Amino acid sequence: MLNLKTQKLMLKTFPKGGIHPAENKITSSNDIKRMSIPKVVYVPVSQHIGIPSEIIVDRKDKVEIGQIIAKSSGFVSSNIHSPVAGTVTKLDKIIDSSGYKKQCIVIRTDPKNESNFKIPEFPLVKEITLSQKDILQHIIDHGIVGLGGATFPSHVKLDMKHDKHVDCLLINGVECEPYLTADHRLMLEKADEIIIGIQILMQALHIEKAVIGIENNKKDAIEVLKKATLVDDRIKVAALKVKYPQGSEKQLIKAILKREVPKGGLPMDVGVIVHNVGTIFAIYQAVQHNQPLIERVVTVTGKTVESASNFWVKIGTPIKDLIEEVGGLPEGTRKIVNGGPMMGKAIKNTDVPITKGTSGILVISEEEASRQEAKNCIRCGQCVFVCPMGLEPHLLMNLTEKGLYERAGNEDIMTCIECGSCSYVCPSHRPLLDYIRFGKSIVKNLNTTKN
Amino acid sequence: MADPIIISASPHIHSNKTSKKLMYDVLYALIPAFLVSIYVFGISALILTSVAVISCILFEFLIQKFLLKTEITITDGSALITGILLAFNLPSNLPIWMIIVGSLIAIGVAKLSFGGLGYNIFNPALVGRVFLLVSFPVQMTSWPTAVVNNTTIVDAVTGATPLGIIKEGLMYGETMTTLSSKFPSTMELFLGITGGSVGEMSALALLLGGVFLIARKVITWHIPITMLVTMAVFTGIFWLVNPEQYADPLIHILSGGAILGAFYMATDLVTSPMTKKGMIIFAIGIGIITVVIRLFGAYPEGVSFAILIMNAFVPLINTYFKPRRFGNKIKSKIM
Repeated sequence: MLNLKTQKLMLKTFPKGGIHPAENKITSSNDIKRMSIPKVVYVPVSQHIGIPSEIIVDRKDKVEIGQIIAKSSGFVSSNIHSPVAGTVTKLDKIIDSSGYKKQCIVIRTDPKNESNFKIPEFPLVKEITLSQKDILQHIIDHGIVGLGGATFPSHVKLDMKHDKHVDCLLINGVECEPYLTADHRLMLEKADEIIIGIQILMQALHIEKAVIGIENNKKDAIEVLKKATLVDDRIKVAALKVKYPQGSEKQLIKAILKREVPKGGLPMDVGVIVHNVGTIFAIYQAVQHNQPLIERVVTVTGKTVESASNFWVKIGTPIKDLIEEVGGLPEGTRKIVNGGPMMGKAIKNTDVPITKGTSGILVISEEEASRQEAKNCIRCGQCVFVCPMGLEPHLLMNLTEKGLYERAGNEDIMTCIECGSCSYVCPSHRPLLDYIRFGKSIVKNLNTTKN
Repeated sequence: MADPIIISASPHIHSNKTSKKLMYDVLYALIPAFLVSIYVFGISALILTSVAVISCILFEFLIQKFLLKTEITITDGSALITGILLAFNLPSNLPIWMIIVGSLIAIGVAKLSFGGLGYNIFNPALVGRVFLLVSFPVQMTSWPTAVVNNTTIVDAVTGATPLGIIKEGLMYGETMTTLSSKFPSTMELFLGITGGSVGEMSALALLLGGVFLIARKVITWHIPITMLVTMAVFTGIFWLVNPEQYADPLIHILSGGAILGAFYMATDLVTSPMTKKGMIIFAIGIGIITVVIRLFGAYPEGVSFAILIMNAFVPLINTYFKPRRFGNKIKSKIM
């Protein structure tokens, strides 16, 4: 008992705020299954933060699996590869998870092409033969972006300026969002590959220290990775307290290294680079096996879903195919979320494709879906207590509501990480984050026009 | 239903906490103290509390329905709590019409005229109480003495509270040693067999409820503990200097509604600061003002005034004691 207590005390965490929603990790013991090959894929050209890629195929073109179909069109941009072998049938605008129509490449899978159905086997390649420059080139060529959700092109984080001294690589295996288990399963099933992926990055960045952060509700993953890191004493595993948003970049750095990213700054400013475990695996595949990023692990889950599980899914697969795979949309479904319940986006249309940033599809039923009516703020201060960024959400909402954007800016509205903890706890069900987001968009515009 | 799929922004889940649940937690926390008061004062405590609760809810309903013509919010539990807390701060033999007047002031003036729940600056129950105290000082300070299992409606015997005895005694030149025989022992104060307002009887029962509130995360320890510690330190200094002229800290903490005030009145969510730093400043303020009133003021008892005075500072405290912003190395001007 005492042992357990001391162990709990030793768990690292960020110092202020945070919540602990019901974990609901229904699928944490389900192996990652391979999703059947979709008949048609819809590949958006803007799957990353930055400039949309430039389409280099045309209608009726035949494409091979892994062939580049849209080219990176700038520094902060990324290549996009065909997830299947088939024929381009359309270049069309299709609603993506943002709810807007976005340019997509529609490819019909060729059912006769065997490469579509061959399950690829990749033996573990331990030796890293490429030079730093080649590693970077591989990451650029194979369209690797951050798979944690922000989809920031990975090479940008590696191609850093020399004035910043980076001494630590953090691997984000926290997966603090309830329901999602994609990273968890990946860590269990691809631990050795992840370790090599980390070594690749350490070599590319000339870093001698790496820490994998995992929330303590994934004890098996901590165990497996601790074993896997025995081969390399530069890599450590840190067990983290189960607290949302532990996986937020800034909170993770604070929890593990006690360093605080300055306001408006980047992890690099405190000598850290953070990558998601999924990204690390994708980097391993790109560098060691020349595999472009054309598939990822997606958790398809929900309390009412018949056979919720984790899947290897081709990028561009429509969400309806995934829902079909788990037994169809359950009766009484009121919400479909692309991502986790705290930060994911609700979608209306199940034709929306899976992109590089989709970590889960969550189906929410009647009881949980609807918000309750917002009441007066009772000034209980819960939102202030849970805000991991030390903001005052009630005040920011108030200022936004009244149109006092300048003051909202002075109250650091722009540092909000949109984790949603404030809206989650508010006993009066006030839409705090909705207003803060709105306020942020206006303050952002004000700031750009000012400059 | 054309389209059953809802679109809304994240987060898509909620803690299921509601203000109503918070209010009911406060209600449950007050049950032990209420039972003690019924045990001590008998049926009159029950009548007093019922009258206060019913009139608070009724006034809220009538004012919202006919005067303000706004949404009726009597089911949110806040009027109920105001009624109970008001009753807890009154002597059990107070005439019924005075209770009704107090409720009207609490709900009508202190709460609804400010804009209802969440907008009031001052704790409604305390405003009601203080209004009664300054308007009807005689009735408000003649306390029925504790008669266990008293079933008569009108209490025949009245007497002063322990703090009243001390105040008066010291004024007439008596010392604490001679006075100590006239008021209850510390143990009696702790258990609640003493004279005083309905709800301030048993420190034990109030503490039980207070621990419940902290455990349910309705309140945090910051306000009650800081306030009581401040009072103990401040009265302790005077007591150490001259134990013949000043009562010991334990008497101060266990009597005169200090615990009721610390756990239930000062912690009122609406009228207390929203940051932990602010809460501590707020509670220290209450502790100091309470002691100053008790030792040097005209009233033997100062918790209500202290809380109301500090309530007025809450907006200022909220403005100057902000949480530390993440990533902001430059500290704010005040801290």
